[in-house]
Amino acid sequence: MQYHRPTSFNEAAALANQATGETRFLAGGTDVLVQLRADIVTPDTLIDIKSIPGVGDISQAPDGSWTIGIAVPGAEMREHVQLGQDWPGLVEAMDLIGSTQVQGRATLVGNLCNGSPAADSVPAMVAAGVELSVTGPTGNRRIAAVDVPVAPGRTSLAKGEVVSAVHVPARGTNAGDAYLRFIPRTEMDIAVVGCAVNLSLDTEGTVTAARVALGAVAPTVLLVEDAANALIGSSLDDKALDRLASAASAACNPISDKRGTVEFRTHVAGVLAKRTAKIAYARAQGENT
Amino acid sequence: MALDDQKPSGFKFVGTSPDRPDGLDKVTGRARFGADAYAPGMLHGAVVRSPHAHARIIRIDTSKAEALEGVKAVVTRADFVDGLQGEFGFVLENVMAGEKALYDGHAVAAVAASSQLIARDAVKLVEVEYEVLPHVTDVDAAMAENAPVLNDSYADASVPAGHHPNVVRYHDSGHGDIDAGFAEADLVIEDSFKTEATHQGYIEPHACLASLGGDGKGELWCTTQGHWIAQKTCAALVGIDTSQLRVTASEIGGGFGGKTTVFIEPVALALSRKANRPVKIVMTRSEVFRATGPTSSTSMDIKIGMKKDGTITAAQGIFRLQGGAFPGAPMEFSAMCAFAPYALANVHQVGYDVISNRPKQAAYRAPGAPMASFAVESVIDELCSQLDLDPIDVRLKNASREGTKASYGPKFERIGLVETLEAAKAHPHYSAPLEPGQGRGISCGFWFNHGGETSVSLALSEDGTCQISVGTPDIGGSRASMALMAAEELGIPYENIRVTIADTATLGYNDVSHGSRVTYASGLATIKAAKDAVGKLCKRAAAKWGIPEDAVYWEDGCAKPSGANAGNFDPMPLAKITKSMGRTGGPISGHFEATPEGAGVSFGTHIVDAEVDPETGKTAVVRYTVIQDAGKAIHPSYVEGQFQGGAAQGIGWALNEEYIYGEDGRLQNSIFLDYRVPVASDLPMIDTVIVEVPNPGHPYGVRGVGETGIVPPLAAIANAVSAAAGVRLRHLPMSPPRILRALKDKG
Ligand SMILES: Cc1cc2nc3c(=O)[nH]c(=O)nc-3n(C[C@H](O)[C@H](O)[C@H](O)COP(=O)(O)OP(=O)(O)OC[C@H]3O[C@@H](n4cnc5c(N)ncnc54)[C@H](O)[C@@H]3O)c2cc1C
Repeated sequence: MQYHRPTSFNEAAALANQATGETRFLAGGTDVLVQLRADIVTPDTLIDIKSIPGVGDISQAPDGSWTIGIAVPGAEMREHVQLGQDWPGLVEAMDLIGSTQVQGRATLVGNLCNGSPAADSVPAMVAAGVELSVTGPTGNRRIAAVDVPVAPGRTSLAKGEVVSAVHVPARGTNAGDAYLRFIPRTEMDIAVVGCAVNLSLDTEGTVTAARVALGAVAPTVLLVEDAANALIGSSLDDKALDRLASAASAACNPISDKRGTVEFRTHVAGVLAKRTAKIAYARAQGENT
Repeated sequence: MALDDQKPSGFKFVGTSPDRPDGLDKVTGRARFGADAYAPGMLHGAVVRSPHAHARIIRIDTSKAEALEGVKAVVTRADFVDGLQGEFGFVLENVMAGEKALYDGHAVAAVAASSQLIARDAVKLVEVEYEVLPHVTDVDAAMAENAPVLNDSYADASVPAGHHPNVVRYHDSGHGDIDAGFAEADLVIEDSFKTEATHQGYIEPHACLASLGGDGKGELWCTTQGHWIAQKTCAALVGIDTSQLRVTASEIGGGFGGKTTVFIEPVALALSRKANRPVKIVMTRSEVFRATGPTSSTSMDIKIGMKKDGTITAAQGIFRLQGGAFPGAPMEFSAMCAFAPYALANVHQVGYDVISNRPKQAAYRAPGAPMASFAVESVIDELCSQLDLDPIDVRLKNASREGTKASYGPKFERIGLVETLEAAKAHPHYSAPLEPGQGRGISCGFWFNHGGETSVSLALSEDGTCQISVGTPDIGGSRASMALMAAEELGIPYENIRVTIADTATLGYNDVSHGSRVTYASGLATIKAAKDAVGKLCKRAAAKWGIPEDAVYWEDGCAKPSGANAGNFDPMPLAKITKSMGRTGGPISGHFEATPEGAGVSFGTHIVDAEVDPETGKTAVVRYTVIQDAGKAIHPSYVEGQFQGGAAQGIGWALNEEYIYGEDGRLQNSIFLDYRVPVASDLPMIDTVIVEVPNPGHPYGVRGVGETGIVPPLAAIANAVSAAAGVRLRHLPMSPPRILRALKDKG
């Protein structure tokens, strides 16, 4: 195994581009190292991207948008008061990952690029409209988080491409997001269903914009337009919530496995969508939930 | 032993809860567990396991593995003793497959190499050619007419004609006239139940370090609940004399019954002999799940008749237990424990031991009893609710008492079931209001407890301190309890006593730490060994004073003349006697060995409140109270720990833990991510009430407490969940998908 510690994204991309066999970037390592030890994937090339300047920073632009470094662990996001006020759903989704120890390491990009359909922060990123800067052998591009996963364990990133930053839009007024997952226990479990909702309201409390994303109910994260449309124009009355639940359930394309049946996941997706929407709505109205 | 031999109340040390002597080592990491042993020149072993549930082994080609740089030995079944019969034969077949692989994860070969990574790579180079055979993993399916046959020679003479060869043992017991009893009932309920297999879930995986020379002399370090059984079994499997293998038990990171047998130990010994180097093997978690003993899965039919006033008129149970690929599923314990809490005129129980393509079951706390209790206590709960009777009153009305003829045969001696029920009824939990969406359940439970072969030695040091060698690995704080009992007898402080788990070369045979026997049996032997030493101390004092031996007695850590006639001497403290013992007759020790028969049975009653989310089927256990008869709590805080631990494991078993097999017969969830034991935040504070109805068979009245606590939870939680959900749950675990399905079916 080759281990590299580049000091720029261009160098990282070049190393990855030249590598043969299995290549992994080492961010927090909470997937990569676990898979290595469990004899699931032993990379031929391991590129540690934590020594690149700026990868541990969280910063806000004058327009209110945020840039989160690719090595920022969940614990730092959680301790960032301003980020948490703007994007409580994104922060709570990241915060659900693992234990205190895992929180000290795990990153948003690692969660996304590991490619698990059940990754907790991914629906929240998608609902928030997060975009990523990607550095490749031939230059940089920007890509929406929703377009990264293409299948379980696979991403749309090309050989030699490395994510170099996470961009979270400006929060705007009267807006809020939330994330809930269903697990049979209370901690240290993997989402059987995950749901993120991001809402903007007008001053009357009518939903003007909505994004609803579901995790663990299809091979990749789902951005469910019908579910968003069920909410837009409503003030989250029961009818709108029922339409939301139906749309969320209808979008599901899950598998039956040790973690849950098709029937169960489909039903719970609707239940969670309602519950998540209510929290996001309350937050958009300025309630501290 | 007669009750009048018992120590009167007024204990000085017994009944206090000092810190455990192994505590500091455990919190600082100094304690040495199974994987913490190293030897010069040590190799690392790894096991090749079958990916198939059932397959004939056509050929094993080890040449590529042997050719890998760093590989020092490869073993297969040919490296073990041939022709072993009975349980040793089954154990050997389980630790290293012969002609067939019988379950996913079954060991077929093993390698030893100079590093763990090389061993891991070498495993992949062992080529095994299999002929895959049809498999069966479900208990009912395994008994059905066309089920694949695992082995047509395993069934013993107990099995009546006409059963599938996978039914290997049969049990039938009871008394009275069942039909007449059911005819007397105002309401008869008959229902069927299933429970899935669960694993003990000990945090420490199996690990050992073995060294065996060509001279047939060996050393073994391992994490085990019983190193003498490990010694005997390993010696038989590798073909050496028992006494030539010295086994040392490491600190143990949980066992719960699962470490009462061997898995990797004989394999490490065989590898060591072949490589002529020490070999260490540490299982991965996935190996622990796939290839060590979970408990049985079950299918049960229960029929109980009750009068309007709550009298049970008759009870019948059929208990089918799947115990993996070998005989031994504890179906007779299911049958015998099922109705034990109740005084029944008419009772009949039947058990089936069924083999299937799963790992060989191992004991798990009160083996067989929790599942049976789940089924029986669910039906009693249903009867109570349909007849509108209080579930505690009904249980009190039918409760077994001293003199009751037990459902499994003998007459009960002094027992404490009624006391636990009365304490439950009086407990504030039982009358606390419930929130909407919550339900309350109760259940009783029974376990036999055990005595077993036991041997303890105790030696006094010249400074007046004491060292005790016991042979039962400390799985629940027993070193503290032994020290307390010795302190009580010797009259010296708890801190002045060090208790060591001795290796097999130091003491005679000690039965495993199982059957809730340690505080009872090793405790009894510790007390007797201390009394033996006290006798010698008195003798030395008598000699010094020049008075007869029987004119001296022992009190508060001193020899004293027994009265004015004996002479007027100052009390002689223990330390004064030991200081000069070299000159007054030599070292002073005490010893006791026996197979005590008086392990008093134990009962418990649990109260549970559960809340069910009707939209997702998710259950939260919101309040839990364990009430159990401990006979006499030597160390109350560790007794409570046992109660709480039983409840915690029961919560896992009831709600989310299960072995999930795919169509291909492979275990789907062999890691803790998907084998869902409760995490700390899943549990409420588990309240405890220690009832003390002394056991006449122990000098201080001790009853074992380790197992009874896991018997009632499955039923108590199922009763609470059924009440909260408004529908009877008959299949464990009550995972959210199962509850949601039941709610939908109810409509
Ligand atoms: C005990 C435990 C509990 C867990 N609980 C949860 C949970 O509750 N929910 C959940 O969703 N996950 C959970 N995880 C999984 C894991 O912690 C998360 O997926 C985490 O976010 C991964 O981040 P990381 O930085 O550690 O990724 P790494 O392991 O460093 O990398 C993961 C993958 O992402 C790729 N990658 C990393 N950075 C980049 C980059 N900049 N550009 C391109 N590719 C990149 C790597 O090549 C690799 O394939 C748990 C893991 C453990 C060990």
